[in-house]
Amino acid sequence: MYNAKAVIIGMVIFVAVFSSPFWLGWIGQDYTKTGVVLPQNEKTCIEDTEFMRAQHMRLLNEWRDKALREENRVYVSALNGRKWNISLQNTCTSSGCHSNYTEFCEKCHVANSVYPYCWTCHIIPTEGK
Amino acid sequence: MKTDRRRFLKVAGISALAFASGMAQLAGEAHAQVAPGKYLPREGSLTAKRWAMVIDTRRFASQEDYAPCIEACNRAHNIPDIPGDKNVKWTWTDSFDRVFPDDMNNHLNTAVRSKPYLLLCNHCTNPPCVRVCPTQATYKMEDGIVAMDYHRCIGCRFCMAGCPYGARSFNFVDPRNYLPDNPPNPAFPTRMIGVVEKCNFCVERLNEGKLPACVVASNGKILFGDLEDPNSTVRQALANNFSIRRKPSLGTQPGVYYLI
Repeated sequence: MYNAKAVIIGMVIFVAVFSSPFWLGWIGQDYTKTGVVLPQNEKTCIEDTEFMRAQHMRLLNEWRDKALREENRVYVSALNGRKWNISLQNTCTSSGCHSNYTEFCEKCHVANSVYPYCWTCHIIPTEGK
Repeated sequence: MKTDRRRFLKVAGISALAFASGMAQLAGEAHAQVAPGKYLPREGSLTAKRWAMVIDTRRFASQEDYAPCIEACNRAHNIPDIPGDKNVKWTWTDSFDRVFPDDMNNHLNTAVRSKPYLLLCNHCTNPPCVRVCPTQATYKMEDGIVAMDYHRCIGCRFCMAGCPYGARSFNFVDPRNYLPDNPPNPAFPTRMIGVVEKCNFCVERLNEGKLPACVVASNGKILFGDLEDPNSTVRQALANNFSIRRKPSLGTQPGVYYLI
């Protein structure tokens, strides 16, 4: 091959750079480590962690429709049968649970580049508008 | 394999049926509940077949008499006071001529004609705002309350055009700019720019077993109860006093009654 040395070195460098997202991912940090600070007073959320992590937005959508349209304002957890008043503002972000917006909600939302506009209307009771 | 027309049509027909039933099942699943738990109504909440309000205007002489009711509403729902023509109102007052424009009597007694009257959403039995809302952001509940889901409001303002009572306000500016950093009621949300809002008959308070804020602040001058219950305070008041409603000829059947 003409100029083989330079071509092979060039190809190796190209493959290494081109595939960097894959192997950097292996040695890099696990994406789930967003550093969220969990509530101190409660041991479990209303449902198990995996469900809440994946489905909390769909759950909140369902809560909204159940509470506002059907007047069913209590949710009975399938996890432990505990009853919760359906309210993002007064249950989820109440003083006993996810009252720290910057250390809980925002950490994960920023890490995942999602910017929900819940807080243009809802107030975190402990933080004000 | 040899296929004749008859055999081909049989297979095609059965395949179409199988595909359609599979699609139907998928459509059913799309409406399935997300959460594994159950939903229940709240214990201790006030319920009715048809909520209604009776305002005893004989006991309100001036604007000052209505002020505590309006103030209680504004505080309970974090309603800002925006100067100019972009203000947001859930409850307000106006003159007799504008509250009851159907009344053509030129010789009504001066006291009745010159007083202000409390106005709010009438929670109609046939609400025009609900009919015109393209997103079902405003809707009528089974207990007669015409409610709003601000998440769903696209700010088209059809409801404002539809409402014959002017009970709806549009947020032309961010209402939070006119509220203190700690809004008066931290348990209730504010609204955002670009949505329409109005009185909700304090549905959030009824769910906590409390009467509406204006009713509590009125010291018995505004009554609230079940119109379908003959023994309720509102039915008793309507049975024993002369009452009128706003623009009855429109057929909207308002749920707010005025004792004159």
